[in-house]
Amino acid sequence: MALIQVNDLYKIFGPNPKRAIPMIKKGISKGEILKKTGCTIAINGATFAIERKETFVVMGLSGSGKSTFIRCLNRLIEPTAGEILIDGEDVMKMGAEKLREVRRYKMSMVFQNFGLLPHRNVVGNVEFGLEISNMDKEERRKKALDAIKLVGLEGFEQSLTSELSGGMQQRVGLARALANDPEILLMDEAFSALDPLIRTQMQDELLELQARLHKTIVFITHDLDEALKLGDRIAILGPDGRVRQIGTPEEILSQPADEYVKRFVQNVDRTRVITAATVGGHATTITYPSEGLKAAIRAMERSQISSVFVTDVDRHLKGIVTIDDAVALQKTGEKDLAVIIKNDVYTTSPSTPISDLLATAIATGYPIAMIDENGHFQGAVSRAAIIAEVNKGYEGSETEMPQTLSDLQDALNDTVQGALQDGE
Amino acid sequence: MDIRSIIDIGGGFEVIVTWLRNNMGWLFSIISDGVNGMLGISRWVLQTPPTFVMIGIFTAIAWFVASKGVGVFTFLGFGLIWYMGLWTLTMSTLALVFSSVVIALVLGVPLGIWGAKSDKVWNVMRPTLDFMQTLPAFVYLIPAVLFFRLGPVPGVIATLVFALPPAVRLTNLGIRQVPKEIKEAALSFGCTNRQMLLKAELPVALPTIMAGINQTIMLALSMVVIAGMIGAGGLGNEVLRGITQLRIDVGFEGGIAIVILAIFLDRVTQALGTASQKRTGG
Repeated sequence: MALIQVNDLYKIFGPNPKRAIPMIKKGISKGEILKKTGCTIAINGATFAIERKETFVVMGLSGSGKSTFIRCLNRLIEPTAGEILIDGEDVMKMGAEKLREVRRYKMSMVFQNFGLLPHRNVVGNVEFGLEISNMDKEERRKKALDAIKLVGLEGFEQSLTSELSGGMQQRVGLARALANDPEILLMDEAFSALDPLIRTQMQDELLELQARLHKTIVFITHDLDEALKLGDRIAILGPDGRVRQIGTPEEILSQPADEYVKRFVQNVDRTRVITAATVGGHATTITYPSEGLKAAIRAMERSQISSVFVTDVDRHLKGIVTIDDAVALQKTGEKDLAVIIKNDVYTTSPSTPISDLLATAIATGYPIAMIDENGHFQGAVSRAAIIAEVNKGYEGSETEMPQTLSDLQDALNDTVQGALQDGE
Repeated sequence: MDIRSIIDIGGGFEVIVTWLRNNMGWLFSIISDGVNGMLGISRWVLQTPPTFVMIGIFTAIAWFVASKGVGVFTFLGFGLIWYMGLWTLTMSTLALVFSSVVIALVLGVPLGIWGAKSDKVWNVMRPTLDFMQTLPAFVYLIPAVLFFRLGPVPGVIATLVFALPPAVRLTNLGIRQVPKEIKEAALSFGCTNRQMLLKAELPVALPTIMAGINQTIMLALSMVVIAGMIGAGGLGNEVLRGITQLRIDVGFEGGIAIVILAIFLDRVTQALGTASQKRTGG
C-alpha cells in the first residue's frame, strides 16, 4: 500500500466553493467558473499515490496550485473535497488532536523562505518541533544537536539565524524538520530562494541525506531541472490545477503525455537525465574459462557482432574479445582465450547519465560495459545508441543543425528558380 | 421648533454619565480602591528608600540597560531634581505614570491580541481607540471626576484613556505582522493555539509591542499636567501652580523635572525594545 494516497482532491478558493465542483466535472472552463461563482480552482481533481521512501516531486509553474497542494497534505490549507490517506487514514477526517499528532510525529515541513524564528538561535530553532510536542529538555537538546550534525551545521549551534546565509538558514529549516525523525518530509520550494550555486549544492546534499535516511519526500518546485535531478517520480501540474503526467524523469522526457508536458520538457538537456541503462541493454557474453575460443566465435557470428564480453561464472567482467583477434588466434591453433582477452574496455554504472558517456563513446571502439555496485556485468551500451539518443534531443527543437554545402546550394537554386518563375 | 431638541447629543452623554454615577457607584468604588492600592504600593516603593539610593538604582538601570551616556545623564538629571527640591513630587508622578502604564498593559496587550485574531473585533476596536485618542483630554476629565471625585485616581483613569490605545494598536500590529511562513511553520509542527501565541507570535511581535509600551509611557507622562488639574498631585501640580500664580521659576523647575523623567523612561524602554530584537537563546 502506498504511504500517501490522494484521491480526487479539490481545492477551490472563494465563497461557497463546493458548488463549483459539479461545474468543473461538467467541463466548464476555469475562467467561466470564476465569472459565475467567484471561485478560483487551485487543485482540480488530483489522484495519485506516493510510495514509501521515494522522492516525489510536484512540479508546476506559479499559479498551478503546487504550494496549495502540499499544504493540503498537512491541512495548513483545508481541501475542499477528496481524500488524503496516510497509512490508510484520512487526514481530512481527523479531529484537531489527531491532526496535531500527525503534524508532530509523522510529517514535517521545510519552507521556501525558511520560516525560522528570529528570536531563537540555531539550536533553539531546531528543537522547536520537539519542544512543541513536550519532549523533555535534555532529550530534545540531544536530538537537536544530532540533527544539526546531520545537515553539517556543527559550530553554529549558538548563532542567531539572522547571521547565517540563505543556504545555512535552509539547513536550519531542514534540521528542524529532521529533528523529530518524521516519516514524511514536505519540502515547499525549499531551495528556490537560494542562489544557483548554493541550490545545486543543497540538492546534492539532499540526495546524500536521502540515500542515508530513506524518508518519504514530497518536494515542490517550479524548476524542471531540479525536479528531474531529485525526483524518483514527478507529477507535472498544468496551469488549470490538473495533474498532467506522473512518471519517472525518464518517462516524462521520453514519453510526454500531452502537448503541455512536451513543451515543458523540450528545453531540457535530456542527455543529463537519460541513463546508460535506458539506452543500453543486453549484451552477448561468454563465460570463461568454461567456454573457449570456439564458443566466442560462434557467439559473435550468431549475433552478428564484432566483439563479445567475457565474464566469469559470477558474472564479473573479465574483458572483451574481438572477432579479429579470435580468428587470428584460431589460425595459430591455440585454444585458450586468455591471451586475447582485452581489459581496456570502458565500464560505467547503469545510472550514469549519457552526457557523461558521450566523450568516451566517441573515443572507444568497443561498447561500454555496465557494471553494478557489486561488480556484476549488467549489459552494455553501444556508441551508436548513445549518439542516436543525443541526436534525438535536437529533433524538432529550434537548434540550428549543420547542413552540408550541397544542401545549401540546392536550397539557393530553388529560391532563385522560384523567383524567376514568379517574375514570368 | 429647534431641530436639535429632537436628538440631543450632549444631553445624551449627560444622561448616560448620570445614570452610571447613580447606579454603578459600587463598581467605581471597587476600581477606585484597586487603583488607590496600586498607587500606594508604587509610591511606597519609590519614596521609602533614601533619595541617594534611588538615584543610584535609576543610574544603574540606565547605565546597564541603555548606555553609559544615559547613565551619566540620569545621575546628573535626577541629582538636579533632588537639588531643586522636587524629589518627592517626582516620585509621586512616577508612581502615577507607573500605575497607569501597568493597567494600560494589562488591558492593552490582551485586547491587542484579541483584535489581531479577529477582524470583526478589530473593526469595532479601531474607531473606539481613535475616539479615545482624539477626544480632548479635558472632556473626559469631567466624568472622571464625577465617578472618582478629585485626587490621583481620576488622574490615573484619565491617563489610562489617553495612553491605552498605542499599547493595543502596536500589539495588534506586531501580531498581524508575524510572517505567514513563521505561523505556518509553527502550525506544521503541531502547535496548539496557545503554543502558537506564546512560542511564535508574541516573541516575534515583541519588538513592536515594546515600541507600543514606550509610546504608552510617553503619552502617560504627557498627561501629568492635565491630570494635575483634578488633583492628581506630583509635578503636574507644581507646573499648574506656576501657571496660576504666574511664577516662572516654579513652572520651569517642574517642567524640567518632567523632561528629565521623560528622557530617562524613553531611553530605557527603547533600549529594552532594541534588546528584544537581538535576543539569543531558546
